[in-house]
Amino acid sequence: MLLWRRLAALRGERTPRRLRAGGPGPGPGPGRKSDGGGAPRPLYMDVQATTPLDPRVLDSMLPYLTAYYGNPHSRTHAYGWESEAAMEKARQQVADLIGADSREIIFTSGATESNNMAIKGVARFYKSRKKHIITTQTEHKCVLDSCRSLETEGFHITYLPVKKSGLIDLKELEAAFQPDTSLVSVMTVNNEIGVKQPIHDIGEICRAHKVFFHTDAAQAIGKIPMDVNNMKIDLMSISGHKIYGPKGVGALYVRRRPRVRLEPLQSGGGQERGLRSGTVPTPLAVGLGAACEVAQQEMEYDHKRISQLAERLVTKIMSEVPDVVMNGDQEHRYPVLAHQLLWSLPMFCGQLEQMKTWLTHLLDLALVVSLQKKKWIIQCRSAYST
Amino acid sequence: MAASSRAQVLRLYRALLRESQRFSSYNYRTYAIRRIRDAFRENKNIADSEKIEELLNKAKANLEVIQRQGTIDHMYATEKLIIERPGNT
Repeated sequence: MLLWRRLAALRGERTPRRLRAGGPGPGPGPGRKSDGGGAPRPLYMDVQATTPLDPRVLDSMLPYLTAYYGNPHSRTHAYGWESEAAMEKARQQVADLIGADSREIIFTSGATESNNMAIKGVARFYKSRKKHIITTQTEHKCVLDSCRSLETEGFHITYLPVKKSGLIDLKELEAAFQPDTSLVSVMTVNNEIGVKQPIHDIGEICRAHKVFFHTDAAQAIGKIPMDVNNMKIDLMSISGHKIYGPKGVGALYVRRRPRVRLEPLQSGGGQERGLRSGTVPTPLAVGLGAACEVAQQEMEYDHKRISQLAERLVTKIMSEVPDVVMNGDQEHRYPVLAHQLLWSLPMFCGQLEQMKTWLTHLLDLALVVSLQKKKWIIQCRSAYST
Repeated sequence: MAASSRAQVLRLYRALLRESQRFSSYNYRTYAIRRIRDAFRENKNIADSEKIEELLNKAKANLEVIQRQGTIDHMYATEKLIIERPGNT
């Protein structure tokens, strides 16, 4: 907050009203007229963190937030039946995106819950015979934390290191297998630097060793084609709000043939095949389904557009900004625009003037700037817009 | 038949673009306009009348979505983005 104020002062502007001391200003919401008098909103570039709702998704959700409010598990009346029909349609839409059967999709509250279910569920179910899990060091915090909590239960976990490019070494993965390995968990596209792991190859290796393969596909779904049968994936986590869907919903794909058994985390009325009890939130599930359908239809067009924009961004920065290093593998990545580009810029005190100029342009773009000793590491997460 | 189809298609195209202009959100507005333009351009040489019928129905459904969502977007409008300011691109 202080940094913003200092840098805004450098520009000669007063700090925006909302950032000044003296309590919060009027917040967003209906009734707040956009008369052009308020401070302009920054350009959103943190698309890796979350995405706005696609209007088509909101349109599909609204009837279930207003008129069709039945509980999908109410078997005895029309309100229940119509909710259930919508939920099942959404399930089919999610399944179609990943080449699965609709009975293999479980709705959850998000990718974090899906990851917890997959890792803890599989580990605990097979714990009498199998006590080893393999994962990577660059996984999402929820995966690493789940593994850590399993360690306290007596499991042992291998955290595979990644190469400089961010990809894992397949030979190291092969070497890490033990006779009592029950699960391998590797995320498809990294949420920090955007590298794409070789999921096909990892799937083959896991199938050969007869070990379950879980992938956190939250960042990959709807952006690159995923097929659970081609890629030999047994468990996959899906997140709604990364694919222009609603927040608070996700899904877990659990293979039926060969059957993957899980010990449920959440006990209750046995909904979602007994694996995740609790009323399925129909509007959110419908939103997730619609988001998956839209993503499937628009995948090719969006990929072309995003690649163009990414190309332009990377080329311009790499050519015009001195001493920039792009983190992560150059080829095996999702066209960087939808993910975080991490650049390291060596910064010496004498170049502060130059930096000031550059920063004033970038500040308007809602970048997160963190100072690390003498290096400015600028995290620039690019936008879906334009 | 072909002549009225053509007029129909153009009418829909113009209606879609006009409705998309109503979005107050920069993101939604620019995406809708670009997508509509590209979709119509991509499909301009289709000859099969069944396919044309199908695409027209899809366009009509999307027009209704844009009308509804445009209204909602307007109800919950907020400040313009910094880049929409004159002088900032």
